[in-house]
Amino acid sequence: MALLQISEPGQSPMPHARRLAAGIDLGTTNSLIATVDGGIAQVLADEAGRVLLPSVVRFLSGGEVAVGNVAQAAEVADPLNTIASVKRLMGRGRDEVGALPYALADGEGMVRLKTAGGDKTPVEVSAHILMALKARAEKTLGGTLTGVVITVPAYFDEAQRQATKDAARLAGLNVLRLLSEPTAAAIAYGLDRQPEGLYCVYDLGGGTFDVSLLRLSQGVFEVLATGGDARLGGDDFDAVVAAELEARGQPAASAESARALLRAARASREQLTTQDTVSIDVPGVFAGTLSRGELNALIDPLIERTLGPCRRVLKDAGVRVADIAEVVLVGGATRTPRVRERVESLFRKAPLYDIDPDQVVAVGAARQADLLVGNAGAADMLLLDVIPLSLGIEIMGGLVERIIPRNAPIPTTRAQEFTTYKDGQTALAVHVVQGERDLVADCRSLARFTLRGIPPMAAGAARIRVTYQVDADGLLSVSARELLSGAESEITVKPSYGLTDGDIERMLSESMAHAAHDAAEREWREQVVEADRMIDAVEAAVAADGRLLAEGEGEVIAAQAQALRAARDKRDVAAIRRAIEALDRVSAAFAARRMDEGLRRAMTGHSIQEFR
Amino acid sequence: MAIILTEKAAAHVRRSLEKRGKGEGLRLGVRTSGCSGMAYVLEYADFIAPEDQVFESHGVKVLVDAKSLIYLDGTELDYTREGLNEGFRFNNPNQKATCGCGESFSV
Repeated sequence: MALLQISEPGQSPMPHARRLAAGIDLGTTNSLIATVDGGIAQVLADEAGRVLLPSVVRFLSGGEVAVGNVAQAAEVADPLNTIASVKRLMGRGRDEVGALPYALADGEGMVRLKTAGGDKTPVEVSAHILMALKARAEKTLGGTLTGVVITVPAYFDEAQRQATKDAARLAGLNVLRLLSEPTAAAIAYGLDRQPEGLYCVYDLGGGTFDVSLLRLSQGVFEVLATGGDARLGGDDFDAVVAAELEARGQPAASAESARALLRAARASREQLTTQDTVSIDVPGVFAGTLSRGELNALIDPLIERTLGPCRRVLKDAGVRVADIAEVVLVGGATRTPRVRERVESLFRKAPLYDIDPDQVVAVGAARQADLLVGNAGAADMLLLDVIPLSLGIEIMGGLVERIIPRNAPIPTTRAQEFTTYKDGQTALAVHVVQGERDLVADCRSLARFTLRGIPPMAAGAARIRVTYQVDADGLLSVSARELLSGAESEITVKPSYGLTDGDIERMLSESMAHAAHDAAEREWREQVVEADRMIDAVEAAVAADGRLLAEGEGEVIAAQAQALRAARDKRDVAAIRRAIEALDRVSAAFAARRMDEGLRRAMTGHSIQEFR
Repeated sequence: MAIILTEKAAAHVRRSLEKRGKGEGLRLGVRTSGCSGMAYVLEYADFIAPEDQVFESHGVKVLVDAKSLIYLDGTELDYTREGLNEGFRFNNPNQKATCGCGESFSV
């Protein structure tokens, strides 16, 4: 008999209000759903016993929708209405996706796919996959899901995360949180119960490779660094095997035989996981055997391409191989023995692979979901991800001031104070940007908004606190508040454009390559801004208090201001700086007189005591 | 028809009511739910409803609505400590079975 506590009126807890929660691995190729039952996480299968749901959705005229294997079967026959790998399109704009094997609807912003069932956004397509998984779970578990945890790649940016959440909402799912895939894999292995350590997650899927370095300290996971290759996976292994078979025999003559060849290549690769040789027979192309040694020689160059990003991630995070406590393998292609061997020799440690590498992410997400709905009762665990690219704000001169640096763990809040640039300025435009470069033009624009209602005052007197807050799901909200008047304005960034991991890598490497140029550009623009501010201030002062000018002083100041204007338009930082100093010198006496005058005015009629 | 509190239970209820700063007494009840059919209700009572039966035990008013009383008649409410856990226990003569965890019961 359980012991009861007194509740507030009407608040008695329902007994056994065990809430159903699930973890969803919404993958590029396949999706899975898992749940924790009686402390054991298990992946849920459909009626046919299949746990992998192909991430393929087919739209038929009349509004009918097919998802999974049924849709996949129609991929060849009905390519335009059968959407696969939609994850690559999540949160992307039309101009970001390149050529697609689908018909695209016209229009700005999010990609829209023309299908027999009408125009569909990637969010809607993903929602159908999620609905199929939801139906599977609710049928199996016999109840409504309280909440789900959905995994996303560690490098997903705000737009991609928001698109994923939108898809879930559309599917009628309550998202407890988004979890990064490597973190989910680490949780599946129970690494979160270790006191602390550094873990590397090596994820080689069908078409993508990701490597992530996680740090666990005091029960908190933090993604230290990520890397990978968006165009490398098990499919490439199949392709090199197929090419080798063609080279030894005849090239495939038809699309039909090319498909048969690819199937044979995959089958032989899978068989070589347990066997030393396989015999292959693809009519019209190749008949013979392939040994594991031969396979290894074929795929070694591809595996080598995964090891580069591994080393880079370690280097980025300043971590030595010896510091890594465990290496976790994720993704079907890591079943290949050669992959394990190479990973083991790089990390000098046998990787963890006893949880099915296709399921490990979903299992980890299920554990996290169970915890979040309060079933596990374990001590709260907070998981941290990081910001993939710095978040900043545009300042005068088209420069970027970084507010939240790259790789900062989230959730996080950072604030910085800004001020007005001109006298009597009553509004401030806030431009939120993402990227590592110093110039706004080289970064990605996330959002713009305007803070109004700043009381008119002298330039530099207003205090405007801009706060950047990134929640646990990686969504950014930005607020600006003028501290004297309390005027406030805010925005939640739900950008319509996303970045690929390739973009992120490109932006990062560009920021390194252009570091010197950016620094010079920043210095020049800062001087230009300073010059403009100086000219404005001096001219305003002359206009206001011209009577305080000494004989001939006005002309000297005007001439020097003119000289500064001329210098400002040339790209010579030193010349601008000299001209600023010169203007400062010739106007110093005038400024001092203005100051005295101002003080006198302020003190007139007051007792000196009042200023103590 | 009667419902009683043990002395320890009454003392704990008095202390809890004092800390809470308001409340007429303690409301006991049952409601349908849980794996064995019924669950106990144990709440503060801010007012006495017309359908309530009021029992006084060690200076604490215990309120039970007429429907619940059928299932609770003869119950002794105790306050005990089990390991690290402290809480109320219903010693209910009407109760035939409880589910494994004791969160719900049947009569």
